[in-house]
Amino acid sequence: MIAPAEVLGSVAILGGVATVFGAAISVVNARFKVWEDPRVDAVRDLLPGADCGACGRAGCRAFAEAVIGGLATPAECTVMGPEDRSDVAEYLGVAAGSAHQQVARLLCAGGRDVAPYKAVYHGIESCAAAAAVSGGGKACPWGCLGFADCAVSCDFDAIEMSPFGLPVVDVDLCTACGDCVDACPLDLFVLMPVDHHLVVQCKNLLSGDAAEAVCSVACNACGRCASDAVEGLIEMIDGLAVVDYDRIESENPNALERCPTGAIVWIEGQQFPELLAGVGSEVS
Amino acid sequence: MKAFGVTFRHGVHPPDSKELTEAVQVRRMPFPDRIALPLRQHAGKPARCLVRKGDRVERGDKIAEADGFVSVPIHASAAGTVAAIDWWPHPDGSLAETVVIDVEPFSPQIPRPRSVPHWEGLSPDEVRAAVQEAGVVGLGGAAFPTHVKLSPPPDLPIEWLLVNGAECEPYLTTDHRTMVEHPERVHFGIRIMMQCLGVERAVIGVEKNKPDAIAELERSLPEDLDVTVMPLTVKYPQGAEKMLIEVVTGREVPSGKLPMHVGAVVQNVGSIATIAEVFETGLPLIERIVTVTGPGLRKPANLIVPVGTMLVDVLEFCGGVTDDAAEIVFGGPMMGTSQPDMRTPIIKGTTGVVVLTAAHVKPKRTYPCIKCGHCLDACPVFLNPSELGILAQAGRYEEMERLHLLDCMLCGCCSYVCPSNIPLSQMFALSKKALRKRAAA
Repeated sequence: MIAPAEVLGSVAILGGVATVFGAAISVVNARFKVWEDPRVDAVRDLLPGADCGACGRAGCRAFAEAVIGGLATPAECTVMGPEDRSDVAEYLGVAAGSAHQQVARLLCAGGRDVAPYKAVYHGIESCAAAAAVSGGGKACPWGCLGFADCAVSCDFDAIEMSPFGLPVVDVDLCTACGDCVDACPLDLFVLMPVDHHLVVQCKNLLSGDAAEAVCSVACNACGRCASDAVEGLIEMIDGLAVVDYDRIESENPNALERCPTGAIVWIEGQQFPELLAGVGSEVS
Repeated sequence: MKAFGVTFRHGVHPPDSKELTEAVQVRRMPFPDRIALPLRQHAGKPARCLVRKGDRVERGDKIAEADGFVSVPIHASAAGTVAAIDWWPHPDGSLAETVVIDVEPFSPQIPRPRSVPHWEGLSPDEVRAAVQEAGVVGLGGAAFPTHVKLSPPPDLPIEWLLVNGAECEPYLTTDHRTMVEHPERVHFGIRIMMQCLGVERAVIGVEKNKPDAIAELERSLPEDLDVTVMPLTVKYPQGAEKMLIEVVTGREVPSGKLPMHVGAVVQNVGSIATIAEVFETGLPLIERIVTVTGPGLRKPANLIVPVGTMLVDVLEFCGGVTDDAAEIVFGGPMMGTSQPDMRTPIIKGTTGVVVLTAAHVKPKRTYPCIKCGHCLDACPVFLNPSELGILAQAGRYEEMERLHLLDCMLCGCCSYVCPSNIPLSQMFALSKKALRKRAAA
């Protein structure tokens, strides 16, 4: 049996301690208050909140501080859509900045249907592992290995594997964060503005029949696209047609016309549109 | 410890499978129609090409020069015409820049007059220069340029020359045959190296499964030099440089250091014999002994082949592969690399060609780690492969580095003993690669 006096005593002591510390906290809070720009929280709430780092900053809060400080424009967040961007610009009364929507493009079109294998790979099922073991058995050592390291790395579920083992980037979901660029051991992904249409979907440095022997859609370095395009737009470097994107405004589909393999393509928005349609219908 | 033989702690005992070729005399293979000489055949910078398409080369001509100190030249291994300088399958699985030579048919293949000086009276520097100029690299597999090992910094005194005749990889018998057939050449090579390094003591370490090699070496021991033959217990990886040093000298090479930091230089028996041969014949390194063997091959053999001979020619000479052959490995089955292309050439560092059958390479299902600890008991450098494997799967490479991942030499003992078939060694190879990539970035 506990005497009521003991209970009351405890309550009084604890209550007293709480009051004293509470008072101390409120005094400290008032005297040492650090003023924080309320816009930081507001802007952060307007941002996507993915903390993906595509803007080059530590996360969305750091980016919000940079925008408020005038060090960045809202457009530098590639993940935001145009409406969110104008919301942020409107709230802060700054210019949204010009943004070319960027997207990840795969510089390989050699799925299993067109690029043969010369050996069977058994081992860890990842592109990085397969690339280290004799190129995973694919005849083209520059080609996509199809173990989906990129799709695993994508935070936005923008990459799906096609039935032939090629990653297909959904242009509407891709935020150009660059994770797939880092994940690919063969450096097959590049970020480029979505309104650049002319892309050489190949990194194979072989030329002629040797290139076509390892992949039927490889660039065989015939040089026709270079002579058909506007002077200086496409150059043949080390057995590969290379588009000079500084002169991209002069691009037109003429360059594709005589390509014997279809390695150079004209992309309107979605890359591999026919494969994107096939992604859902994968045969089990 | 002596009662059980001389060896290091941990390691594994794979079946050595050397009976296929250990008693087979080394034969010379005829020159193939075409040879492919990659410019990258050694550790260090690739050589710089000196020839052009259409050029005519004699046997032994220099076709590429060393590009820097850690690099060696490459010489034509047969007379003929340069057919192409192009991408070609490389034993590491990639395509690499390669000089392809159409061998002249019916050529007597007489080399040009001696390009290497006589060794008597050469100063150590001249010996090193001659060794580099002859394109000599370690023939045990890693193909590290030999002259670099012969050039220890002056503040590190070298006390021991260790000659590695362990040949612990299953199937391979090239060093074994070299020691049995040319013991005097091994001793001559040791003499040159001891003089060059200024060391007093040399030890030849040979695993006990080669009693004939031990007997031959002991029979022909030079009387004026302190050379001893040390029989070693048969265990993998006895031939790993740091294991051999620990066994012979009792010193452990510290983490991140080189053998020269404990006063030792290790050379493979094959490299030693090659140095002797280079000074004897005056020819650069243009051919090597290769063990072509395995259950999937019809006629296993030890062959002297010109460097650059393609896999397809070697297999054809050995009677071709059996119907159930499934995988071809360059080097031994523990550390070798599988070859996806029949045009891949034998290069300076190719110790053997092992043809395995489907029964040997059947892919096994991987199960989760059951924490049995077998890998800890197998690891010769005392790492914890189990924990490292878990970290590797999570991509936590920095933590792996703190657990001394960089001491791992990828010997494969952990993968070999793992009852869950976890490809630990492959994971570590990838993790080391990822760490190097991060360090470079």
